[in-house]
Amino acid sequence: MAKQHVSFNLNGKHVDALVEPRELLVHTIRETLSLTGTHIGCESSHCGACTVDLDGKSVKSCTVLAVQADGAELKTVEGLADADGLHAVQQAFIEEHGLQCGFCTPGMLIRAYRFLQENPNPTEEEIRWGMSGNLCRCTGYQNIVKAVQTAAQTLQQA
Amino acid sequence: MDNAAEVQEREDSIKGVGCSRKRKEDARFVQGTGRYTDDLKLPGMLFADMVRSPYAHARIKSINKEKALALPGVHAVLTADDLKPLNLHWMPTLAGDVQAVLADEKVHFQYQEVAVVIADDRYIAADAIELVEVEYEELDVLVDPHRSMDDDAPILREDLVGKMDGAHSKRVHDNHIFNWQAGEKEATDRVFEQAEITVKQEMYYPRVHPCPMETCGCVASFDKINEHLTVHLTSQAPHVVRTVVSMLSGIPESKIRIVSPDIGGGFGNKVGIYPGYVVSIVASIVLGVPVKWVEDRMENISTTAFARDYHMTGELAADSEGRIKALRVNVLADHGAFDACADPSKFPAGLMHICTGSYDIPVAHLNVDGVYTNKAPGGVAYRCSFRVTEAVYVIERTIDVLAQKLGIDKAEIRRRNFVKAEQFPYQTCLGWELDSGDYHTALEKVLDAVDYEALRKEQQEKRAQGELMGIGLCTFTEIVGAGPSRNCDILGVGMFDSAEIRVHPTGSVMARMGTITQGQGHQTTYAQIIATELGISSDEISIEEGDTDTAPYGLGTYGSRSTPVGGAATAVAARKIRAKAQKIAAHLLEVSENDLEWEVDRFKVKGVPGQEKTMKEVAWAAYNNVPEGMEPGLEAVDYYDPPNFTYPFGIYLCVVDIDKATGETSVRRFYALDDCGTRINPMIIEGQIHGGLTEGFAVAMGQEMPFDEQGNLLGNTLMDYFVPTFVETPHWETDYTVTPSPHHPLGAKGVAESPHVGSIPCFTSAVVDAFAHLDVTHMNMPHSAYRVWQKVHELGLDQHA
Ligand code: FES
Ligand code: FES
Repeated sequence: MAKQHVSFNLNGKHVDALVEPRELLVHTIRETLSLTGTHIGCESSHCGACTVDLDGKSVKSCTVLAVQADGAELKTVEGLADADGLHAVQQAFIEEHGLQCGFCTPGMLIRAYRFLQENPNPTEEEIRWGMSGNLCRCTGYQNIVKAVQTAAQTLQQA
Repeated sequence: MDNAAEVQEREDSIKGVGCSRKRKEDARFVQGTGRYTDDLKLPGMLFADMVRSPYAHARIKSINKEKALALPGVHAVLTADDLKPLNLHWMPTLAGDVQAVLADEKVHFQYQEVAVVIADDRYIAADAIELVEVEYEELDVLVDPHRSMDDDAPILREDLVGKMDGAHSKRVHDNHIFNWQAGEKEATDRVFEQAEITVKQEMYYPRVHPCPMETCGCVASFDKINEHLTVHLTSQAPHVVRTVVSMLSGIPESKIRIVSPDIGGGFGNKVGIYPGYVVSIVASIVLGVPVKWVEDRMENISTTAFARDYHMTGELAADSEGRIKALRVNVLADHGAFDACADPSKFPAGLMHICTGSYDIPVAHLNVDGVYTNKAPGGVAYRCSFRVTEAVYVIERTIDVLAQKLGIDKAEIRRRNFVKAEQFPYQTCLGWELDSGDYHTALEKVLDAVDYEALRKEQQEKRAQGELMGIGLCTFTEIVGAGPSRNCDILGVGMFDSAEIRVHPTGSVMARMGTITQGQGHQTTYAQIIATELGISSDEISIEEGDTDTAPYGLGTYGSRSTPVGGAATAVAARKIRAKAQKIAAHLLEVSENDLEWEVDRFKVKGVPGQEKTMKEVAWAAYNNVPEGMEPGLEAVDYYDPPNFTYPFGIYLCVVDIDKATGETSVRRFYALDDCGTRINPMIIEGQIHGGLTEGFAVAMGQEMPFDEQGNLLGNTLMDYFVPTFVETPHWETDYTVTPSPHHPLGAKGVAESPHVGSIPCFTSAVVDAFAHLDVTHMNMPHSAYRVWQKVHELGLDQHA
């Protein structure tokens, strides 16, 4: 299949890639660009392990074609930390024991990162609904909720 | 600072046993640098994908690979005929049966592997499987295990026809796998005949799937020049995989390296050896390049190892006070088309004979028949120790039924039957020795915490108003930490586990174990054990597992065996090091060994303040100044064969409210008290309990794998198969008591599976309790809104007055 040229901004860097028209964004990120923090749990929009931030929205990258991301601003888990260290959501997940096997974690973090911009001061109920597109089999969510609350506090104080 | 404070400060700085130390593994996971199997990309790597059967039972008339092979980018299409010359078209299972690697002349279940395509990438492989033409002739399908042994049932396993000596017993029908019994049948029957009260309850424990977030997969890479095979795979038991791969392939174990990298959850799904692994290895050997296989979610739920599927009948005989006199349990076990249960070899029904639970029961009998049906093979322990979930379910449900029949409160009937604290170690009538426990204390703690009396009163009032409120109780005992090699082995290898610890000259430590973490946090907790034993900060201790080239041989992580077995090996190996260190310290201080005492991180000469050597000083000396005749270095290995299992227990209480209009059950409160003996890292324990409760909630309230009459699996996507989200998942309250195990070096027991095992019957108990005043004794899982509504409707409770 003839490849298409796409370019986008990924974690602050300009990226060019040749992709098949049918190629899923998650595969471009993981295989072509070798950023394997974004995971695949279902390839059917249910689990959220593949969540990335695309033009200021959380999207499931298993359900976006790479060509649709042409010209977009993308952020994956690898782009959360900066020169000053870990992002508040990353730090909070460690503090509150919000992860176990770590497989859902990148998707959770990138969703929490966006969710706390949509709603900087959420209630527990709002966190549970706001994060409900991301599944976790290990933690039972309770500590992830705490981590999001902790991150919200840190971000508000900053 | 006074002396005590100074000692305490040193103690704290070590971050040893009992400390809620933050996890060592988190830094890489939160930054996206975890390394899971599918993250691995090797030069020249190809991708494998499976052609699977649309039918549950059919003869394969022909397979035409031509079109697939003609597709650019396709390197090979393999079928059973291609594996035959290598004798790899069938493989042995862990349960003494054989399993088709690729369907040989016949398919036995829907989605069975029929052919494998090897292609440049996963897209081409996916295209190519559509081009493989398979012609089938449909056969009669056997779905209902109750029909398996009928005279006119279709025979599933033609390879076994007439072979009536099964791996575990005589077979009485071609679709029969085994009969297995424990306890005393006649004595039990006699008690039942004479008993004042008997109850009998049938129940079905549905077929479910562990469904970890990461599916199964592998990357096989055969180095033709050195004849060396490396396989990265999602395995909870990499060393066992190496042994099996060697037995299957004839490659010596010394030339096989199995690596379990980071694993995205296991829960029993990643214990088995699956056709995908075998064909990837074969393909890599044949093609001389690395081959990756990763299943998608549908393949995962459909084919790689279901759990449960037990049709059970529980019976209790008791006196009129509710004191249990005998237990009888009958099980019809649906094992699917191949018996691929992952159990210790001698136990075809796992540890089901722990079904006497937490109760002092004089006599019991358990009878299990395993049968074939046209369903996927499996029978793994989904976050539990070999069939313990089923065992706990049957006893906890049946004792509730007994309480109901006698009109005794379900907490009271348990009080009357509990094994008492002074009876430990307690011999159960089915052959186990419960190591320690104090059930009465734990029960009272929970009842007080939730104000049980007030809850019962509220329930009375609600019932008077026609509302449905249920209180569930489960008082379970688990059996974990397989296991003593006198009765536990896998393919003949005893179920010990191992640790190897090296203390470096500068006092940092590298330790490796035969287990493998899948989210349990071994890198964190094993280091804490060593820290306490050696007085070296856990931050300076590195833990590695999962690479068979470097780690000592172990049986892996499942059945809550890491702490009971691997943790014990770690403590014992560390103690060997400390014993040697003590000799070196005595030599350095020019005193006798017996003049020394240990304090947190150092040896001190008794009664002579200031005369001391820290473990770090001893470590340095171990490499340059050891006593005459002692070999230098400071390291030890331990292969720990546990004297017994450990028996963690818990008291769980659940309060539900049921909506009569929709059948929806809302979990108002769930209180979980666990006793896992000594607590190594309370933060991690609590996290494990949250996770286990959530998986228990999933099983009780929604998970099932239903089949239609043609054997089609109705529900193998995350759309249909219930994995609770943030929104459905209840809030968990946790509590604990500490009753150390007398035989474990640290007094610790397993913990992560208790919440799964214990919560499931607790949810059923709660839902049924909401209808108990209407003479309902049992409702089968899952307690989904629709099914609960059906009960509401059947009882006419949804009719307006
Ligand atoms: S992999 Fe994209 S939602 Fe599951
Ligand atoms: S931490 Fe394992 S799936 Fe969430």
